[in-house]
Amino acid sequence: MHDQALLWLELGGLLLGLGLLARLASVIGLSPIPLYLLGGLAVGEGGLVPLVTSEGFIEIGADLGVILLLLMLGLEYTASELRRELRFGAAPGLLDLVASYTPGVAAGLILGLGPVPSLFLGGVTYISSSGVVAKLLADFGWIGNRETPVVLSLLVFEDLAMAVLLPVLAVVAIGGSPGGAILSVGAALALVALILALASRHGETAGRLVFSGSDEVNLLTLVGVTLVIAGVTEQVSVSAAVGAFLVGIGISGEAARRARTLLTPLRDLFAAVFFVFFGLSTDPAAIPGALGPAAALAAVTGLTKLGTGWWAARRAGVGRHGRARAGAALIARGEFSMIIAGLGATAAGAGSGRLGPLAAVYVLLTATLGPLAARFADRAPGSRRGGLRRRPRVAGRRG
Amino acid sequence: MVTTPIDQTPLPGVGVRYDFTTEEGLRLGVVHHHSGRRELFLCPADDPDSARVTLELTEDEAHALIDVLGGSQIVETLSVLRQQVEGLGIDWLTLDPGSPYDGKTIGDGRMRTRTGASVVAVLRASEPHPAPGPDFRLLAGDTLVVVGTAEGIGALGALLRTG
Repeated sequence: MHDQALLWLELGGLLLGLGLLARLASVIGLSPIPLYLLGGLAVGEGGLVPLVTSEGFIEIGADLGVILLLLMLGLEYTASELRRELRFGAAPGLLDLVASYTPGVAAGLILGLGPVPSLFLGGVTYISSSGVVAKLLADFGWIGNRETPVVLSLLVFEDLAMAVLLPVLAVVAIGGSPGGAILSVGAALALVALILALASRHGETAGRLVFSGSDEVNLLTLVGVTLVIAGVTEQVSVSAAVGAFLVGIGISGEAARRARTLLTPLRDLFAAVFFVFFGLSTDPAAIPGALGPAAALAAVTGLTKLGTGWWAARRAGVGRHGRARAGAALIARGEFSMIIAGLGATAAGAGSGRLGPLAAVYVLLTATLGPLAARFADRAPGSRRGGLRRRPRVAGRRG
Repeated sequence: MVTTPIDQTPLPGVGVRYDFTTEEGLRLGVVHHHSGRRELFLCPADDPDSARVTLELTEDEAHALIDVLGGSQIVETLSVLRQQVEGLGIDWLTLDPGSPYDGKTIGDGRMRTRTGASVVAVLRASEPHPAPGPDFRLLAGDTLVVVGTAEGIGALGALLRTG
């Protein structure tokens, strides 16, 4: 068969398979991310049906997926939401950072991954999946719940923390002399601070410069600008992902809202390819060895997220059931944990090769069990569905 | 005049939540999504944190419901205000897609000079922009809060549609 024909057959079959998995996920009410990962494992080397010709294409598609995921993350919140979060949500946000980053680093050191991969493992265990959490809130009808602003505010803080963590991790990954690393980290952080400041003041102007009336022009301009910036940041060794994220933060207001609508289908396509690629590049033989540590890590960091959500919701005056829901909603990790693990896999250090399988199993577990825990929290005794008990009307209270 | 206090809570990345507790002790609220979608919800008395009955409304359905319920709090408040200042009208004008002012500034249209009515606020994606200056750029979908005489408001409405 022609190579070209084989390429289309493989890619088409893969996307069809992913479509079926996504449909299955929506039927059983779970996030499709763990299924995409398993799909990737099945088509990887040593899997059930290894792909032959399309791997190169998938790799580029996966890189595009990372760029689009981070661009959308940057677009997700307005500058005013970020400012508000820094002012009011810092305490729960910092607790979240300490409680869920530390176990990852500790586990990495205990498993002997070495200091640099351990720092990445901390990032993997820290960031909740905003994709999975947002879907969960919408599917369970929790948007109106009183604990929901607490959950969203923690996600915004993680987003901000990402802006600082990603460049730092990217610099650490390259290694080199401590002096040079500190300088690069400083430069990266200064760039992030500059972009955040510019975005909060001139984000709408930036949006207007990029945007015009036509969707076609907007799409091409936005993706073009993002890829150019991604290329520049990659060239100065700060990772393309960071550049894309900064572009997203730089655009705000009405333009950001329109960009989100335009980019969502593109993001969904390439993000699915990224999840597959992550599974595909994970050696199935390394999975059994990673099961134990990943399960232990998932248990510990599941509990720390539960505790963080509980505490933050209690602080906001939410009752016990709401606190449990807030904690359980945060357990799922997903796309961003995998991006950080992907960055870490390229890092220097003997243990970086073990990071991928560990992160894959960890994401599989938390992205599957997190939403299940959330559903359980919702159906716990005493929080039955239905049954609106009313208070009798007080006659003449009004008027 | 209505005095029920309404709580307003921003939901980052989603929209804004408005809610209040009814006399029956149920928390009733609306989530305005950034996309323009409205979600109406009701929480039981024994678990006021959790939305149990949720109802999604399109923009048109939301307006229909407002009509049936007899006008929103804001409209009632404003009807009082209108009586206080004789001859002064206030109205909401939506900038439809295709309007010649989509992407133009208020100053471009010289709106007050030509109609006598002033744009006192612009509502965009349910976020208010009070007292917009002449360099404020309008976009399709914006709601303009305008004040002026009835003729002035009518003229401004025509101006927004046809230029």
